[in-house]
Amino acid sequence: MSEREISNERNTAMDGVCPKIDVRNLDLWYGETQALKKVSLSVEPNTVTALIGPSGCGKSTFLRVLDRMNDLIDGVRTEGRVLYDGKDIFADIDVIELRKKVGMVFQKPNPFPMSIYDNVAYGPRVHGVKERRLLDEIVERSLANAALLDEVKDRLTKPALGLSGGQQQRLCIARVLAVEPDVLLMDEPTSALDPISTAKIESLLDELKRRYTIVIVTHNMQQAGRVSDTTGFFLQGELVEYAPTREIFFKPRDVRTENYISGRFG
Amino acid sequence: MGGISTIILNTLYMLLLTLVMAAPLGVAAAVYLVEYARQGPLVRVLRLGTETLAGIPSIIFGLFGMLFFVNMLHFGFGLLSGCLTLTLMILPTIVRTSEEALKSVPKSLREGSLALGATKLKTIVRVVLPAAAPGITTGLILGIGRAVGETAALLFTMGSDYKAAKGLFSSARVLSAHVYLLFAEGISFDRAFSTATVLIAVVLAFNLLAKLLVRRMGRNGAGA
Repeated sequence: MSEREISNERNTAMDGVCPKIDVRNLDLWYGETQALKKVSLSVEPNTVTALIGPSGCGKSTFLRVLDRMNDLIDGVRTEGRVLYDGKDIFADIDVIELRKKVGMVFQKPNPFPMSIYDNVAYGPRVHGVKERRLLDEIVERSLANAALLDEVKDRLTKPALGLSGGQQQRLCIARVLAVEPDVLLMDEPTSALDPISTAKIESLLDELKRRYTIVIVTHNMQQAGRVSDTTGFFLQGELVEYAPTREIFFKPRDVRTENYISGRFG
Repeated sequence: MGGISTIILNTLYMLLLTLVMAAPLGVAAAVYLVEYARQGPLVRVLRLGTETLAGIPSIIFGLFGMLFFVNMLHFGFGLLSGCLTLTLMILPTIVRTSEEALKSVPKSLREGSLALGATKLKTIVRVVLPAAAPGITTGLILGIGRAVGETAALLFTMGSDYKAAKGLFSSARVLSAHVYLLFAEGISFDRAFSTATVLIAVVLAFNLLAKLLVRRMGRNGAGA
């Protein structure tokens, strides 16, 4: 293990910038079916990376590798390496620690059946924050950063399930921000929302990328174009092309990317 | 204390003691079966067992309780033997309903909690169980309803002393047993019927109390 770490450090030292997430030759199987094939990509800090591709292409599966949510599914096997800040997420870092640092926002808003306040305070509480004043501060800051504070500040003790879908999704973002991650994974976070809520979350992403590294899976190519710096195109478990968003959209190198972008399939 | 006040008191003792034993055990068993046990032949056998036990006539539980708790463990006829027997009797109901309640908690809630770095145990205690609480409470009410209406199993295990129980080992008569015994004497029909009325009132009060609890738990949108 030490040898590996040393070689890591050498790599990063040579590259100059340490990528936030570095995936090398990742294979993943659900039982006998291979869902990801030799995927390699690295994500630079403070960028938005969009993952696009048709349904079932493995983009969500890939996203779930990054905070090890696939551990919950029986029969999932992975090979290859995933480095977070240069550390192997399967070996060098505890899964709890990893999930604190790499937060996830899901496709469907999933607020807990508790008050708005308790939802946001949940993460810090789980990680041992007890002091009321500190919690108040975290809740307020997180809600403000998720652009939700103004809408809910008068009803923090009301049930979170009483919020609209878009508000619920921003609450879920606030809940993730409250544990102070540095990577945000988002799995089609706006697919269940109306256009206005979608616009709100997209403009929020622009704000958030100053402080966080964001990886977003999306079905919606306009969205990928609007919000991301880098885009990866997945097809049948392969990462076909991974490049700055501009290039992917305007001069894709692979014909499959071009076909997908121009709407010939998917 | 006169009239059936002692018997009402015994009934409350019995309900509380049974609930104290059966609720944690039943909920813990359900949590184990749903959240931890590897779903395989062993769990299937356990489920079949619980289902079968739920359908066994109470008098069989009474006979078992008499042999096991009263005689073998020398607990004698008393509150403890009776409540242990009742616990065995209502456990399957509690386990089954709690299992269903736990299973109906959406996976997305568990994932939401785990993704924040909560451990599995914390997720279960802080998110899953509160979300399942209304369903679990319904199961407890059903179980308690069965316990309070029980006669046969108790006559064999708890005895029929109409004085208020002084300890875990004192024999105690509860309302349902009182109804039966009065009826069996054949000369106190009217008292049997008035006791029955009281019994119904007790059951109703218990249900209302539980409803109230569920409503308070559900205030934040859990369940209902």
